[in-house]
Amino acid sequence: MRAAPVSPPARWRVPKLAVYVAGFVPAVWTFSLGLVDRLGPEPIKALEQDLGLWSLRFLLLCLMISPLRRAAGVDLLRYRRALGLLAFYYAALHLAAYVALDHGFDWPAIGRDILKRPYVTIGMAAFVILIPLAATSNNAAIRRLGGKVWARLHRLVYVAAILAAAHFLLIVKSWPAEPLLYAAATAALLAVRAFPAALRRARTAPAS
Amino acid sequence: MLIRHSPDIAPSEITPREAYLRRRDVLLGMGAAMAFAGAAQAKPLASAKSPFSTDEPKTPRADVLAYNNFYEFGGRKSDPADNAHTLTTSPWKVTIDGLVAKAADYRLEDLIKPFALEERIYRMRCVEGWSMVIPWIGVQLSEILKRAEPLGSAKYVAFETLVRPEEMPGQKGLLQLLPWPYVEGLRLDEALHPLTILAVGLYGETLPNQNGAPLRLVVPWKYGFKGIKSIVRISLVETQPKTSWNIQNPREYGFYSNVNPSVDHPRWTQASERRIGEGGLFAKRRPTLMFNGYGDQVASLYGGMDLERYF
Repeated sequence: MRAAPVSPPARWRVPKLAVYVAGFVPAVWTFSLGLVDRLGPEPIKALEQDLGLWSLRFLLLCLMISPLRRAAGVDLLRYRRALGLLAFYYAALHLAAYVALDHGFDWPAIGRDILKRPYVTIGMAAFVILIPLAATSNNAAIRRLGGKVWARLHRLVYVAAILAAAHFLLIVKSWPAEPLLYAAATAALLAVRAFPAALRRARTAPAS
Repeated sequence: MLIRHSPDIAPSEITPREAYLRRRDVLLGMGAAMAFAGAAQAKPLASAKSPFSTDEPKTPRADVLAYNNFYEFGGRKSDPADNAHTLTTSPWKVTIDGLVAKAADYRLEDLIKPFALEERIYRMRCVEGWSMVIPWIGVQLSEILKRAEPLGSAKYVAFETLVRPEEMPGQKGLLQLLPWPYVEGLRLDEALHPLTILAVGLYGETLPNQNGAPLRLVVPWKYGFKGIKSIVRISLVETQPKTSWNIQNPREYGFYSNVNPSVDHPRWTQASERRIGEGGLFAKRRPTLMFNGYGDQVASLYGGMDLERYF
């Protein structure tokens, strides 16, 4: 027999606002460290990479919500919108750091970068994909589009995640562990969606 | 009105009297520990000034020691500073062999002793797009090579880094970033150029381990990765030697690897760079100079060469 996914009891629930507040702590923290010159020898790069990495982390957290629900019966669905929007806000901050701090609004250089550098093109594409998703992350948009269309549109998040993980892999020299681990996590979270039956089995298997 | 200032020194920062009285013992203990760790302790090095030095502001010593690519000790920039203290740099042997009349194994002291040390303050441009100004101390490579008497057939110089996995954590484990030993090479005329040095120190002291102790190559008009660290072998050879980053990714890293703002890395621009230690979050990029600003001295080495092809 399948049990309905369990939501934590209402009084234990973390308010959604708390997720947003906690979500912005890394950005505020890293930027503050930068202002007092505590981000190491390349502070701009450190800030830029930190913002990008948090965007990818929130994106992956988002992708964990439904496997967790299906396989482990943990229902965190009510936080998914906050996590998705945080991924978008961090991507926007990452882009802002790139445009303003890294390139000092040198638009011709930025344009060349976007056209000529695959890792920049791919990163930009991931951000552009996230724009309509962020813009429709509200109840009014779901009503207007209808649940089916909305859900189909939001499947673009899979493409964004693949692009974001590739963006990270393409900027490093050699094959260091960190971007490989993020790529593996992305691949795993997409793979579990390809085998929903296996997930169901895992959930209904008798506990031993 | 009484304005209360917070005291400059918090009570928690005041050294307890007991510890204060033991301060000399603590220092002595540290000295002993460092001596035990081998040559990790920097020793002062005297050197003569050089007309080849730039008068640009030097990169703070702390940054030069904290921000390194030395994959033998790990892939992050902070790994060498964290891990390289384990390296034993004394005794150190350097083999000079190949197409020379006097092939020999030298103790490091004997290799360097015949020559006067010079301070060379050079720009260093990393292929990743950052740069430093570093006061190296060393000797011209040409002096050392001449003493070994290269044969007429020698056309290139090949260099090799130490392989010692028990002291170099990047050389063991599952994910190793490069094949070992790290190898580099120069054309003989590049190696004999007066700007090319073997460094044994920086900022007035022996080389810190993370910067390539005890002996490293510095070729200021080439990307930093050409500056092979912790050298154990120098061979004169007839054909172009293999170089580590070229083996790893031949499309992205060429044998020459001269600093060149008009030949981009396939994945990023080389037109500009960020000078380390130059104003925090709001610092501007600076344009990268052809041959890292050493064109007057070295451009003639590459007369008639297509530098896009021989990148």
